[in-house]
Amino acid sequence: MATSPDTHGRFGQFGGMYVPETLMPAIHELEKAYLAAKRSRPFQQEFHDCLKHFVGRPTPLFFAERLTKTLGGAKIYLKREDLCHTGAHKINNTVGQALLTRRMKKKRVIAETGAGQHGVAVATVAAMFGLEAEIYMGTEDMERQALNVFRMRLLGSKVTGVNAGSRTLKDAISEAMRDWTTNVGTTHYLLGSVLGAHPYPMMIRDFQSVIGRETRKQILALEGRLPHCLVACVGGGSNSMGLFYPFVKDTKVQMVGVEAGGYGIGSGKHAARFSGGKPGVLHGTMTYLLQDEDGQVSPTHSVSAGLDYPAVGPEHSYYHDAGRIRYTSATDAEALEAFDLLAQKEGIIPALESAHAVAEVVKLAPTMKKSQILIMNLSGRGDKDVQQLAKMRGIPL
Amino acid sequence: MSNRIQSTFEKLHTKGEKALIPYIMAGDPTLAMTESLVLALEQGGADLIELGVPFSDPIADGPVIQQAAERALRSGTTLKKILATVTNIRRKTSIPLILMAYYNSIMAMGIEAFCAQAVQAGVDGLIVPDLPPEESDLLYEATQAAGGPVIIFLLAPTSTAERRRAVMKRTHGFIYYVSLTGITGAKLTDLSQVRQSVEVIQRASRKPVAVGFGIASADQARDVAQFADGVIIGSALVRKIFEHHSASTFLSDIQRTTHQLKSVLLPVTATP
Repeated sequence: MATSPDTHGRFGQFGGMYVPETLMPAIHELEKAYLAAKRSRPFQQEFHDCLKHFVGRPTPLFFAERLTKTLGGAKIYLKREDLCHTGAHKINNTVGQALLTRRMKKKRVIAETGAGQHGVAVATVAAMFGLEAEIYMGTEDMERQALNVFRMRLLGSKVTGVNAGSRTLKDAISEAMRDWTTNVGTTHYLLGSVLGAHPYPMMIRDFQSVIGRETRKQILALEGRLPHCLVACVGGGSNSMGLFYPFVKDTKVQMVGVEAGGYGIGSGKHAARFSGGKPGVLHGTMTYLLQDEDGQVSPTHSVSAGLDYPAVGPEHSYYHDAGRIRYTSATDAEALEAFDLLAQKEGIIPALESAHAVAEVVKLAPTMKKSQILIMNLSGRGDKDVQQLAKMRGIPL
Repeated sequence: MSNRIQSTFEKLHTKGEKALIPYIMAGDPTLAMTESLVLALEQGGADLIELGVPFSDPIADGPVIQQAAERALRSGTTLKKILATVTNIRRKTSIPLILMAYYNSIMAMGIEAFCAQAVQAGVDGLIVPDLPPEESDLLYEATQAAGGPVIIFLLAPTSTAERRRAVMKRTHGFIYYVSLTGITGAKLTDLSQVRQSVEVIQRASRKPVAVGFGIASADQARDVAQFADGVIIGSALVRKIFEHHSASTFLSDIQRTTHQLKSVLLPVTATP
C-alpha cells in the first residue's frame, strides 16, 4: 500500500487539486516550499524546538487504569494531546504552517474553524510569530463556542462570522478560500485539517504525525510491544491521521476511526461520511462526501462542532477503500455518556470531539482480551465545551 | 472541433464586433423564467449565453451569485432539469449555450452520462471553475467521446507562463480570462493589467479571449472590448434579475439593457 500521495497529490483515486485557476500557482508554490522545508534540517530543528518548548511535547501516554478496570477488557492508554498548549492537537499543525508562512515571506494568515480549537491555535501562533490573522467561523459555531471566539480575539486575531449556507465549518472553509483567492499574493491559508487540495492533506499529516511517532516510542518503552488497536475521532481527520500514519505499515495494529453519528445514522442527521457519503469533490479535494443525488452537499449534524463537516480527508477515503482503517460512528448521546465516564473515572474532561473516540473505546475494550493494548487519542480537552453542556442540561452558570 | 461557439466568434470577427456573453443563474427565480430570459437576452443582442448550474458550495463566487444559487436550489433546480430546459430552448434558438457548473454536480450525474445528455440537449460549452487542466483528463476524454460539449478553461492574473500554455492547449471555443485576483462580482480596478495579460495570451494563441469577473457596466464593457474578443457580464445582470423579475416590463427591460451593452461592442464606424 502506498503511503504517500503521488506527484499529482493523489491517494489512489482520492485527493488532487480541484481549485480555481487563480489559486493554482499558490498551491504549487506551497507544495514547493513545503517539500523544501521537509528536507531542510534547520526547518525541522526549529519545528521540533517549537513543539518542545512552546507546545509542551512530548505529550504523555497515560495508562487509564480505572477506565480499564471499569470496562474489563483491553488495557487502555490515552495519548494526552489535550495537554498541548491551547488544549488540543491542532497546535502541532499551526506551528508547522506558521514556520512555513515565514519561510514563504507572507505576513498574513487566514483560517477556518469549527469548534474554535484550530482558530485558537492559529491565533496563538500568529501572535507568537507576529503574523496578522483572520479567522472565519460559521455564526452557528460562534454561538456554540463563544468562549473560543473570545480567546481568539484576546490573542489579537480578527474573527469573521460566516452567515452563508449552514453557518458551520463547511461555510467557513468556503469563505476562507474566497479570501485566499482574493489575497493570494500576501496571504497563506492556514488550513486546519488533512483536507483541501494537495499539498495540504500530506503536509498536515506530516506535521501531526509527531503524535503517532511519540506514541510508538512510548508504548514500546512502557510495554515492549506495539498496541493491538488504535482509536481516534475523525472530523476532517488530522488527529486520527497523526496517530495512525506512523503505524500504517504495522499491519497487525488495527485502527478505528470514529465519525460523528449525530442523532443516529438512520435519522440522516449526522456527519458519518463513510456511512452515508460517496466520492465527490468539495473544497479542493476528491473524497467521501455527504451529498444528495444531485451532488448538493448535505447538511450535517453533530453535537461536536469539530466533527460537523460533510467531507473527510482524502487519505482516510483511501485507507477506507483499501480496508486498512475501519470506520465507525458514535451518536451524540453515546459521546455525551462517554464524556461523563472519562471525567468521573479518570479526572479528565475530554473535548466533545474526543468523547466520540471514548464512546468507541467503551464498546470495543470489553470485547478485547486483558492482555491486549488499546491506545486512544485524547485529541483535546473539554474546557471549551463546559458552557454548552451546562446549557444542554439546563444548568445556569 | 468545429462548433457553434467557434463559428459565432468567427462571424463576429468578420463583422468587427466583440462578443457579448451574459451569465445568468439557471432556475433563478425559476427555470421557466430562465427559458424566457435566454430568448430576451438573444433578442437584445447577446452572442453566447452562460447558464450557471447552482451548487451548494460555490467557492469561486461572490455573494451575488452565491445567493442566486441558493434561490435556484430553493426553486428545485437540478442539473437534469437544466438540461431539459436547454432542450426546450434549443427548439427556439441556436445561440451558443455554455454551462458553468462545479465539478461535483457533474460527478454526481456521472461524467459520461452528463456529456452524452448535454450534447443531446444542445449544450455547446462547459466551464468548470474548480477543475484546472491538471484534473481535467476524465472530463476531457468524456467530452471527446461524446462529441461535446467543449471545455472552456480559465486563466487568471496569477497564472504563470507554463500554466498559460497548458490552458491554451486544452481549451476550446475561447479562453476565459479572469480579470481580477478574486471571486465573481468583485470590483475591477486595474484595466491596464487586464489589457497586458490578454495581449500576452493573444500573441501566443489564435483562440478568442473573453474577459469576465468584475465587469458591471457598459463603460467597463467598452473599455475591455478595446482589446478582448468578448465580454462576460455576470453578477451585475444576476443582481438586476433578482431585483426586477416581478416587474411587468421585466423581460423587455432586460432586452433593452442587453442591447445597450451590445451597442458598445459594435465596430466604431457602425455605431449610430
